[in-house]
Amino acid sequence: MMRKLMMAAAMLATTALTAHADDVKEVQMLHWWTSGGEAAALNVLKQDLAKEGYTWKDVPVAGGGGDAAMTALKAMVAAGNPPTASQMLGYTVLDYAEAGKMGDLTETAVAEGWDKAVPAALQKFAVYDGKWVAAPVNVHSVNWLWINKAVMDKIGGTEPKTFDDFIALLDKAKAAGVTPLALGGQNWQEATMFDSVVLSTGGPEFYKKAFNDLDEDALKSDTMKKSFDNLAKLKGYVDPNFSGRDWNLATAMVINGDALVQVMGDWAKGEFVAAKKVPGTDFLCYRFPGTDGSVIYNSDMFGMFDVPDDRKAAQIALAKATLSKSFQSAFNVVKGSVPARTDVPDTDFDACGKKGIADLKAANEGGTLFGSLAQGYGAPPAVANAYKDVVSKFVHGQITSSDQAVEELVKAIDDAK
Amino acid sequence: MALSTHIHQELLPVRSSAPTKSMRARMQDALPKLVLAPSFAITLIFVYGFILWTIYLSFTNSKAFPKYVLTDARAYQRLWRWTFESDPPSSWYTSITNMGIFGVLYIAICLGLGLLIAILLDQKIRGEGVLRPIYLYPMALSFIVTGVAWKWFLDPGLGLEQTLHQWGWTSFHFDWIKNKDFVIYTVVIAGVWQASGFVMAMFLAGLRGIDSEIVKASQIDGASTFQLYRRIIIPLLRPVFLSALIVLAHMAIKSYDLVVALTSGGPGGSAWLPSNFMYEYTFKRNEMAVGSASAVIMLATISAIIVPYLYSELREKSR
Repeated sequence: MMRKLMMAAAMLATTALTAHADDVKEVQMLHWWTSGGEAAALNVLKQDLAKEGYTWKDVPVAGGGGDAAMTALKAMVAAGNPPTASQMLGYTVLDYAEAGKMGDLTETAVAEGWDKAVPAALQKFAVYDGKWVAAPVNVHSVNWLWINKAVMDKIGGTEPKTFDDFIALLDKAKAAGVTPLALGGQNWQEATMFDSVVLSTGGPEFYKKAFNDLDEDALKSDTMKKSFDNLAKLKGYVDPNFSGRDWNLATAMVINGDALVQVMGDWAKGEFVAAKKVPGTDFLCYRFPGTDGSVIYNSDMFGMFDVPDDRKAAQIALAKATLSKSFQSAFNVVKGSVPARTDVPDTDFDACGKKGIADLKAANEGGTLFGSLAQGYGAPPAVANAYKDVVSKFVHGQITSSDQAVEELVKAIDDAK
Repeated sequence: MALSTHIHQELLPVRSSAPTKSMRARMQDALPKLVLAPSFAITLIFVYGFILWTIYLSFTNSKAFPKYVLTDARAYQRLWRWTFESDPPSSWYTSITNMGIFGVLYIAICLGLGLLIAILLDQKIRGEGVLRPIYLYPMALSFIVTGVAWKWFLDPGLGLEQTLHQWGWTSFHFDWIKNKDFVIYTVVIAGVWQASGFVMAMFLAGLRGIDSEIVKASQIDGASTFQLYRRIIIPLLRPVFLSALIVLAHMAIKSYDLVVALTSGGPGGSAWLPSNFMYEYTFKRNEMAVGSASAVIMLATISAIIVPYLYSELREKSR
């Protein structure tokens, strides 16, 4: 018995040793892309790396928003055993970079021409102190309307160009007995919709001032009050049962024709595609009325950690593969987002994807590409969450007027800064 | 007691005169300490050590990662300010008022219901062996399962309300889980459903342990059933109340998963408990100092309730 145990222990030790020796050719990746479509998209990258002889080791932590993954990451980094790379969002990358935990990809970035290809707004999160610390994978955009075409035809609606058009369209749906607006009453969904409302109400300059620069005058201006009033109007078009609903269930309401429209980021398209719906014939994608020409984005990044030298080659291979044009195209076609570099051909994308790519390019050149505050690209997490609190309390009635909402918003953001 | 001291005194000279104790005797002396040492060390570090660490962090300016430079009590000042912000309610205000509502109702209803079911089951009824586990089994489920099941059951579009509408009772209306003012009571409902069976089992064990002579004596003295329970049996169950209260109080304070699974925070964060607040601030908002401060306040609150109670109960017992 004892002998068997010892043999087992010896075998374990040897496997551990051999595993360690193989590290050089292995990419360890922490991510929360565990759902079907997302996992399929990631497979593209795995195969690309396999061609170059790198094996892939998943460190998946399930959970849509990635909270659990971030907790796991914190533990790994604190223990001095960071993964090769981790899926990360916005300010998290900068937090880790500030703590000195990130690697340096600048050489690769220069050689591959990332500086020119990746939009400047994204570089704000991928470059820290002049060094590339993360590889952006995609750009999601938040200011979209997703509309069921059959319902749209039934009520005789057309593309809304202004906020008032939008309200008129919602009224038509209401009159026809369809739930006009599919909303999931969770704070991030409400705040994501409010991002678009603010951009529509105040215009690009105002959005930037209020939600990226956190300018106090803008935050307590009448325009912000009007934005809250507009949000209150939209709230009149949701079904009574919306509170707490998950975003994909709200999308399903539109897919099934129970609701006319959802205001959601382009990850909603993944749900339509997974349900075998075709853009243009089954569903329509419009920019949120009054926000044409601007893009509110968030982006998935692969944060690259400061790993020991024997693991650096694998890291560089991963970074190169991530920003290669072929992967950017293949991945984003599956994921529903658009490529993180603006020089990727749009031939493989569907109508909505093509529009997304063109919009991103235009917004990048016109300076109207803004980080989404709700998605953590407008301000650090403390501020973003304080903002989500206020919007959600307004939607659910703890905050009763737009005057009070503005007051609370200023106070909450000030408190969290 | 007297006897043992006597023996001890007898043995003492013998011991000191023997230069070496036998190996076996020494082993026997050391064994309990040796066996207990690891768990003692683990408890010391991972419970009390981390309590101290949390207290330390709450006086720093820690954000996403711990920082070790002591600053001031800014985290506590913020919490103190938030404690009085009721219109619109701050997240902290919501959390602590919810804790009050949830804690009192959860403990009181669990104790009351548990005692009632235990007394009813104790009437020498048939099929007790079947009934007992039925009440006890919810305890075997994790809070996540309980939360999800009740979430579906209470959802007006899926569960109870929808079903009753389909059966024709269309005026029935029950949307507490969607209502910011009532969502915390749905957490109480689910929590009570899960724990009251366990409390019942504790009371049942207590009831079975009561000396039947006492019961018979009071019956001979002409006590009615109500008087019997009111004056004799329930007072005798006092130690069970203590155990149940401690178990329930700590379950109430650490309730976190139930709120997440059942309400995902509730409309506008209206179902938060302090533990949700702590997790949100520490891990999602990168305000570790505020999170730590809230954890310290939770600890202080529970100590303020439990320690005096424990003290009085234990002192009475030793007397």
